[in-house]
Amino acid sequence: MTETAKAICPEHEAAPEACPALPEERPAIFEERKDQIHRIGEGDFSMACNRDSLAGAVSQRACVFCGSRVVLYPIADALHLVHGPIGCAAYTWDIRGALSSGPELHRLSFSTDLQELDVVFGGEKKLAKALDELIPLYEPKAAFVYSTCIVGLIGDDLQAVCKAATARHGVPVIPVQSEGFKGNKREGYLAACKAMRTLVGTGDTGDISKLSVNIMGDFNLAGETWIIKDYLNRMGIEVVAGITGDGRVGDLRRAHGAALNLVQCSGATQDLAKMMRDDFAIPFKKVSWIGIEDVAESLYAVAEFFELTQPELAGNIVERTATLVREELAALMPQIKELRRDLEGKKAAVYVGGSFKAFSLVKAFRHLGMEVVIVGSQTGTEEDYRELAAICAPGTIVVDDANPLELSAFLKEKDVDIFVGGVKERPIAFKLGVGFCDHNHERKIALEGFVGMLNFAKEVHASVLSPIWNFVPRREQQRLERAEVLSEGPITGKEA
Amino acid sequence: MAANIVMDSVPSTVDEYKGQSHVSTTNACKLCTPLGATLAFKGVEGAIPFLHGSQGCATYMRRYIISHFREPMDIASSSLGEKNAIYGGGPNLKKGLLNAMQKYGAGVIGVATTCLTETIGDDVGRLLAEFREEFKDLPLAELVHVSTPSYSGTHMDGFHGAVKAIADQLCTEKVAANGRVNLLPGMVSPADIRHLREICRGFGVEPTILPDYSETLDGPALLEYENIPSGGTKVADIKAMGGARASIELGRAITSQETAGTSLRKRFGVPLHSLGLPLGLRETDSFFAALREITGRETPRDLALERGRYIDSLVDGHKYVSGLKAVVYGEEDMVIGLTSFLAEIGVRPVLVATGARNRGVAEHIQAIAGAVGGPVLRHMPIVREGADFFDIVEEAKTLSPDILVGHSKGQRAAREWNIPLLRVGFPIHDRFGGQRMLHLGYRGAQTLFDRLVNIVLEKKQTDSDIGYGYL
Repeated sequence: MTETAKAICPEHEAAPEACPALPEERPAIFEERKDQIHRIGEGDFSMACNRDSLAGAVSQRACVFCGSRVVLYPIADALHLVHGPIGCAAYTWDIRGALSSGPELHRLSFSTDLQELDVVFGGEKKLAKALDELIPLYEPKAAFVYSTCIVGLIGDDLQAVCKAATARHGVPVIPVQSEGFKGNKREGYLAACKAMRTLVGTGDTGDISKLSVNIMGDFNLAGETWIIKDYLNRMGIEVVAGITGDGRVGDLRRAHGAALNLVQCSGATQDLAKMMRDDFAIPFKKVSWIGIEDVAESLYAVAEFFELTQPELAGNIVERTATLVREELAALMPQIKELRRDLEGKKAAVYVGGSFKAFSLVKAFRHLGMEVVIVGSQTGTEEDYRELAAICAPGTIVVDDANPLELSAFLKEKDVDIFVGGVKERPIAFKLGVGFCDHNHERKIALEGFVGMLNFAKEVHASVLSPIWNFVPRREQQRLERAEVLSEGPITGKEA
Repeated sequence: MAANIVMDSVPSTVDEYKGQSHVSTTNACKLCTPLGATLAFKGVEGAIPFLHGSQGCATYMRRYIISHFREPMDIASSSLGEKNAIYGGGPNLKKGLLNAMQKYGAGVIGVATTCLTETIGDDVGRLLAEFREEFKDLPLAELVHVSTPSYSGTHMDGFHGAVKAIADQLCTEKVAANGRVNLLPGMVSPADIRHLREICRGFGVEPTILPDYSETLDGPALLEYENIPSGGTKVADIKAMGGARASIELGRAITSQETAGTSLRKRFGVPLHSLGLPLGLRETDSFFAALREITGRETPRDLALERGRYIDSLVDGHKYVSGLKAVVYGEEDMVIGLTSFLAEIGVRPVLVATGARNRGVAEHIQAIAGAVGGPVLRHMPIVREGADFFDIVEEAKTLSPDILVGHSKGQRAAREWNIPLLRVGFPIHDRFGGQRMLHLGYRGAQTLFDRLVNIVLEKKQTDSDIGYGYL
């Protein structure tokens, strides 16, 4: 065995006959990933996270570019130009259900489609030409130029090209340093925030109310930002910018005029909120627009903030908020109760991108009488997982950066009725005959706010209560096993 | 920009597209090279596709492919980070290969490169040789590798490249004649692969179909999640491809390059039948003729009946579609075959576009038309290679088409123009059952024709003030 082999697989040298490279039984969990999984109640809590994904494992994670693209994507009047080979642009064409109330430039896919010669001689000229073509044609309010792996390697000076294009066209052309291999999705979020930061503070804030907020970390999937905006407006609060739901360049420019930033999604936009706190003294509050308690608590937190900071302007804002919540719940709860009747006692698995959503979903499932027995995310922090472990029942599996092998093993072990995840998780659930609810960026049904809770309950109900589960192998086998137990019933009864 | 050429007969020279006048790409009509390779590797039994690159590539392609097939599509990745980009991705690749064997029990690992690893200069062939040497005391998986820089070619190049790599790297020994037929179908649907196998068996010959993802990407509901789905071309069968009595390779656009078929001919003398995708009547006739020639058998009655019924239905339905103007787009071989199919049922292709470049699409269309010697293709369509949907839309605006024929990504244009889109090929992201969509053979032609007539009738009925009950 060579030195390299030893370095790659030290276990092989120690005990070649039991080499993990080719075991008889293949456990679903990689040795290296054991500390990224925790079972509540089994030992002290300890989890490693924010690690690079393991080579050879099929991680559900993406890359830096994906992180940036996902955050900036909903800015509807900006040109989003992917500087790289075609794939990065093709796979993100019209990928999200992020709605716009006006322009829809974000739904087009622009690429420099780098070719071999560009890689050899550099892509700067092509990028400049592409901008010269596209900006006059679509007249965007700004252009985001995304760097990809290849651009990071060939060393195109994105800053310089963008600066020159800004001067030529008179609109901000903003480089997004999102080379895919330079970290994971989190770095991509940060790159997106840095790009947006260049716009914030450049607009006129003269006519903005003192009772105003930015809605951050919400992407207006299926119109969700509009639901939240409606609540806030009813409370007497102005929404300056959706960052980036129903996003506009002009709104970002004047976002520093808001009195408060409401940050959802632990990773995506918090960096920008911090920058705005440091540079413009705008405080931020972490919120979640998913579930019942979390939505109500978020609205109350906003009301209390303004009651405290602007008592004269805010008036009886807390009372108004209470009325709003009461009205919404009066409409919602009877319907939830109805759906809950069928769902009581069912089990759910949650595997989502950001961990804030996992928290809210655990609570939301309680309203449906359901228990979350598996919970995980792609990019949670140790603190996130510790808190998750604190609110879930003993035996619940908490997992960071999972892969299909682990997820399928957990689904089977816990015999869940529904899996909440994204498009990459769906076939795992479906293959095993488990219900599914898409809670990711492709969803077409609004799942935020009180009405979102109702939609969520309906979604879960529609999947879990379908008669088709009777016919999937998993249930057929359980039925067979039950039948066997029944036929042996009298005998075991006698023995007892 | 070339003029809108409409001619009453097939011209001797076709309007040749010299390349886009713009450098930016808007709404691409192609995908990146490694995607095709992962699909091809997915069609080998016990294989796991493995991308040597950063994590995002694997995840994006999985998502894209899953949305079409609605099946698990696990692609392993060497998950390179910044350090690896500087010092080389070798250690990550090797670690990843071990993990893929260890955790997935992969019997074959199909390694495709990405723009990242091609540019940092990783020599995957050498790395794999090192790996084999370093772990020679272990029963290793078969390792196949293909170079698929994303900045060169399209997903079709990746697909054909991977198929050739599999044949070249796994089928290396001369074996005894085994009477089988190698069938290299190109990137077709699982339903197509199943139908092709059925046809071959109808002629009494067992095909080695490479790749065969008819089960791996369209499998049954299961009790246990399979690390690697059942199905796929058996490695033993691939190793025996040199002993086949003939190879049939589908796709006219690949005839000018080295392929798995030419490689098997060169190395083992396996006769090669290079044919178009059997789309529509005449291309399917050619496919059946080849099988008759290879097997010496006549077309089985049930398949001959399918041909008869198809022609009968063409007669019944011809007036619904006659003279409709169609815009066809997609992969090069798909559009060549579709144009032939559409022309022979009386639909007039006015624009044929593909994202690929230098595939001779116009010449191939002409070749099919010329081969008939009759007025099937009465008007030569405008042919665009290297096109994106910006080009397609701009060009089509002046042609006022009645229908679009292609994959899901033409949906925006169809909606804008309020014309039907006949969804075919890959990807089908906005409809159900893309993996079960049949295109090939007489039965496939029948399916396409029925669907086409029905979308035309549906529009007619919807648009009509009266909503006729009989159409």
